[in-house]
Amino acid sequence: MSDIKIRAGMKGDTAEIKCLMNHVMETGLRKDPKTGQTVPAHHITNVMVTVAGKTVMDAQWGGGISKNPYLALSVKGASKGDKVAVSWEDNKGEKSSAETSIS
Amino acid sequence: MNNTRRNVLKSAGAAGAVTVAMAAGLLKPGAVFAAEWNKAGFEAKGLDAALAAIGGNSAAVSGDITVKAPDIAENGAVVPVEVMSNIAGTDRIAILGEKNGLPLVADFKLMNGAVGFVSTRIKLGATSNVTAIVNAGGKVYKASKEVKVTIGGCGG
Repeated sequence: MSDIKIRAGMKGDTAEIKCLMNHVMETGLRKDPKTGQTVPAHHITNVMVTVAGKTVMDAQWGGGISKNPYLALSVKGASKGDKVAVSWEDNKGEKSSAETSIS
Repeated sequence: MNNTRRNVLKSAGAAGAVTVAMAAGLLKPGAVFAAEWNKAGFEAKGLDAALAAIGGNSAAVSGDITVKAPDIAENGAVVPVEVMSNIAGTDRIAILGEKNGLPLVADFKLMNGAVGFVSTRIKLGATSNVTAIVNAGGKVYKASKEVKVTIGGCGG
């Protein structure tokens, strides 16, 4: 089961892609209020978005992106039915990916 | 005797097939990320160091970049930020929370038709500028928007 939700639709000649990912996005700076211990960093470091097999976004993230990240982008030259794939990798080597078609 | 030999050969063959399948699985990664994670940038504790790590120190202020964020964020843990660059050939947008413990938040490389636009949600530790560094046509530009934070989102 994937934990990335993607929505992709055409608006004029531009594809609008929106996605939500499930991730704790710990910065590594936060202290656990109960124990006073610093919570180790655990956040997404790389995000890749492809449309019809071509990379349109290759992003690097720090822990400053909010928990359960939201990401939206727009792509020209895409068309209805094109496959959109989103994948991420975090600083612990965990990975996730999902895909959908532009509607 | 023949039978035993046959079984041994059979199981060796099966084990071989599994090994091949595993190797094939390992050779087919889910995604290949082009660049190594910019550790120096994302772990930089000051704005200048973070900017230096992404080549944003000498960025020119541009009116063609819009940083859209709320004037006041009640919750610094979730601050919606949208960056729109109308500069032709925009191929990179980086977002920084200037007073965050770790100022560099994200660095987006755009290609193959991706418009100079990105929308996400970031954490802000304190009232500060949200700055976008934009690369276009080999030049570096920037734009900022101040966000007042009532409750910080970075903790620690």
